[in-house]
Amino acid sequence: MTITEARGGRRTGSAETGAGRRRGSAVLWGLLGVIVLALLWEGYKAIGPVAGVEFFGTSILPKTDDRSMPHLVDMLTRAVEPVNTSAGSPPVWIAVIGAALNSLGVAAVGWAIGSVVGFLIALLMQRLHVAERAVLPWLILSQTVPLIALAPVIVAWGGKIQIGTFSWDRWMSVAVIASYLAFFPVAVGALRGLQSPDTIHVELMRTYNAGWFRTLVKLRLPASVPFLLPALRLGAASAIVGTVVAEVSTGYKGGIGRMIIEFAQSGTSDPAKAYAPIAGAVVLGLVSAGIVALIGLTLKRFNRQEAAS
Amino acid sequence: MKHSRRITLGVAAIAASAALVLTGCSSSSGSDTTATSSDGSALTPVKLQLQWFTQAQFAGYYAALDQGYFKDEGLDVTIIEGGTDIVPQTQLADGAVDYAVAWVPKALASREQGAGITDVAQILQKSGTLQVSMADKNITTAADLKGKTVGNWGYGNEFEMFAGITKAGLDPANDVKLVQQAFDESGLLDGSIDAAQAETYNEYAQILETMNPATGKLYQPGDLNVIDWNTEGTAMLQDAIWANTEKLNSDQAYQDQTVKFLTAALKGWIYARDNPQKAADIVVAKGSQLGASHQLWQTNEINKLIWPSADGIGVIDDSSWKQTVSVAMTAKNLEGTTVITKEPDSDAYTNTYVQKALDALKGEGVDVTGTSYKPIDVTLTEGGK
Repeated sequence: MTITEARGGRRTGSAETGAGRRRGSAVLWGLLGVIVLALLWEGYKAIGPVAGVEFFGTSILPKTDDRSMPHLVDMLTRAVEPVNTSAGSPPVWIAVIGAALNSLGVAAVGWAIGSVVGFLIALLMQRLHVAERAVLPWLILSQTVPLIALAPVIVAWGGKIQIGTFSWDRWMSVAVIASYLAFFPVAVGALRGLQSPDTIHVELMRTYNAGWFRTLVKLRLPASVPFLLPALRLGAASAIVGTVVAEVSTGYKGGIGRMIIEFAQSGTSDPAKAYAPIAGAVVLGLVSAGIVALIGLTLKRFNRQEAAS
Repeated sequence: MKHSRRITLGVAAIAASAALVLTGCSSSSGSDTTATSSDGSALTPVKLQLQWFTQAQFAGYYAALDQGYFKDEGLDVTIIEGGTDIVPQTQLADGAVDYAVAWVPKALASREQGAGITDVAQILQKSGTLQVSMADKNITTAADLKGKTVGNWGYGNEFEMFAGITKAGLDPANDVKLVQQAFDESGLLDGSIDAAQAETYNEYAQILETMNPATGKLYQPGDLNVIDWNTEGTAMLQDAIWANTEKLNSDQAYQDQTVKFLTAALKGWIYARDNPQKAADIVVAKGSQLGASHQLWQTNEINKLIWPSADGIGVIDDSSWKQTVSVAMTAKNLEGTTVITKEPDSDAYTNTYVQKALDALKGEGVDVTGTSYKPIDVTLTEGGK
């Protein structure tokens, strides 16, 4: 154990400078991607036919007029103008940040619930093979239920919950829907992680007369980390998607998804407005993945595999 | 060093996300204190479900809330906004809310599928749905739609138009080219749709908030033609307040509460009639993202659909109801389906409660008919800001 640890430590040490360089170039590549996207947008807008391209009556390329594809510069100028003319109306980008933080809070609740539930399900499936065979197909099935079918049901159930002073709020429905999307990658990832130790290691634990719990703590949990971290990141992204979609579908106010729809309502007369919250939603996804990556740093000691890969 | 810094970062991230979770948890639990009315007795909590987000289409309810009319009746009303997947009449039938605002044909369709709901007040007396076209296309009646590309939203919003086209002697399947329209007016403006569906209080205004490239000014009503289904005789009743049928029939407390709720709600609409600017401001303050001038336009247009109300606001007019039911039973869309297949039963609507509410309002000396109502002039701005 000590030998591997030392070797592992040295490896991380030497990888440190490389990682720093990699991170720098990752930022550069990311920026380049944004620039390429911007060029594609403006390029197609410049050369594409105004009426779009239709193929046997089906539109395959979008229209390029200013209403369908506003100029990037119009989107940016619209983003710094106030939301509307009422007194004290904040600039669009400030409103977007506020809405994004609101969504992030709800998504964080959904992600936390989803991760805990997903992890517990994974533990159960790892402990009992019968459970794995019985539950896993249902897990997969659960993700095929369309959100639009789920949302009204959850809202209707929630509307009836009233325990003492506690009453079910709309945001809780949104968080539940977010957790419904988030738990799946965590459950699957954690299960793979818990099952990842080689038979030889499990047998070693058995020779130590270690029970299931000790094996779990000493072997399976540390081994699951490289699988768990990407699953948690995936879960975070799913939670954001779930939150944004559920906000629209349940009518929860204050978040970024709702803002996209409300701004899109004025799409006829103010088309550039809706792009700011869309960009906000994208940034939100990145931020949430970033936060989870930071959380993952505390588990770095167990995360040799992912770090090496 | 690096190691510990990394752990610090991670711990900070955990702390940050825990804080996020907590703020998420506490984000909207600010109104937990038990509300009491002016005389100190506890208010009855009531939930009202809207069809859509906060906008002036619902100005009366927000005005009633803002002006304390609900509180005066001993009610603690929560207005619940709609969403794309929230069907108000289903929420009502499921018992998740106490009252719901819904269009009559859609609610009748839900009734036929078993939702136990009753129309207790018909707020909008006229239909707000138009078919809008550019003036140079010369489309002023349903008969003019022959051979034209006609947009509609679907989802049950299309039946007035199908009935109108059929009534004009045309076959919707062959004589017009029907296209699914997005929930905005881009299709009309870029010419891919000749006549587009629009509500007077929303999408029509969005056209008038758009720059006309030919003139360099905003589109003017003179640049457009509209087909109004009210004049074509195929209009259907729209926003109405629906209540739970079973509770109306068996629960005395719910009956009394319904009268109180309607009294306050109608008073809110009367406030919106007399103070359109203030009502629009209330809606904007409630967090509508649509602009202030757009909300004022919407308040004014909604007022036009309510007032004057000869029998008093909210009374369900028997002839309009019959026309709605008749169109709902006969107008076939492209799939050949009608909104409902048989006459709704006698529980579908009642004027009992709205009449009691009107009597109470008349007792207060409030004008419930609006005979002298005059709409205001609203100047729209680009983008409705």
